[in-house]
Amino acid sequence: MAYSEEVIDHYENPRNVGKMDDNDANVGTGMVGAPACGDVMRLQIKVSDEGVIEDAKFKTYGCGSAIASSSLITEWVKGMSLDEAANLKNTEIAEELALPPVKIHCSVLAEDAIKAAIDDYKKKQ
Amino acid sequence: MDIQQNYFAFLGVSEAFDIDLSYVSERYRDLQKQLHPDKFAHASDREQRMAVQYTAYLNEAMATLKSPLLRAQYLLTLKGIDTHSEASVSIDPAFLFEQMELRETLESAKASDDPFDVLESLSDRVEVQLRTLESAFKSAYARGDDTSLEDAAAAVRKMQFLTKLSSEIAQAEHDLDG
Ligand code: FES
Repeated sequence: MAYSEEVIDHYENPRNVGKMDDNDANVGTGMVGAPACGDVMRLQIKVSDEGVIEDAKFKTYGCGSAIASSSLITEWVKGMSLDEAANLKNTEIAEELALPPVKIHCSVLAEDAIKAAIDDYKKKQ
Repeated sequence: MDIQQNYFAFLGVSEAFDIDLSYVSERYRDLQKQLHPDKFAHASDREQRMAVQYTAYLNEAMATLKSPLLRAQYLLTLKGIDTHSEASVSIDPAFLFEQMELRETLESAKASDDPFDVLESLSDRVEVQLRTLESAFKSAYARGDDTSLEDAAAAVRKMQFLTKLSSEIAQAEHDLDG
């Protein structure tokens, strides 16, 4: 399969790979998996007292599109409010990365992950 | 031979998770012989095309029945449940945490001084879990009511994650062997 240049760039130089302390009350962790392929993704956000996402980190064990999707979304959410981040759609990621139809589920994973991270953060407050 | 039949009927076994794989392989080789292109060298175009089509179906059937994961997924599709193309489904978070952790262990094993020991124990752990899920699938599928089939589908989804991990462990072992 031919990956777009943007996917390859995010895949070869993924931004924001890493792990945050899950015990930190300002950190929300989203853990998701794609049952279609068996890939897993962890996405974490650090939220300021004003409700703005200050930092985001991810770790993805999966295909190039999933890595690129999570790399891209962690870039996007930095500086967003929780509501803005919760409104991000997988279609925006798929479009930005020019993902082919068979790779749409990889971008769904990233959308689900950010939502799960936001939910986890809210539960902690 | 009839490609309207499902894979189980096509290869002559009953529709269940437990199948006699040596019987299936025998039957596979038999059909393969019957469909061998040499036998169709003087046949009409139509017959040759059909033989090609049948061979493709035969290979698909064999690949599906041979793999426990694909076999289980296929059994569910026969009941109208498609776990294979679902984009998103919520999965037990504790299970996902463990999957993440297992993959992290695999990643650090590859970089460690004594990777083989770690890979082996990891592989043992994964195989045990797979066997447990397979038997959970088997009994839920055999019960066959809607709730049980949902349980069977949940087991298959988990099998997908572990099967993927298992092939990654095998790949890591292969890479280390050089
Ligand atoms: S193929 Fe699994 S997330 Fe892309």
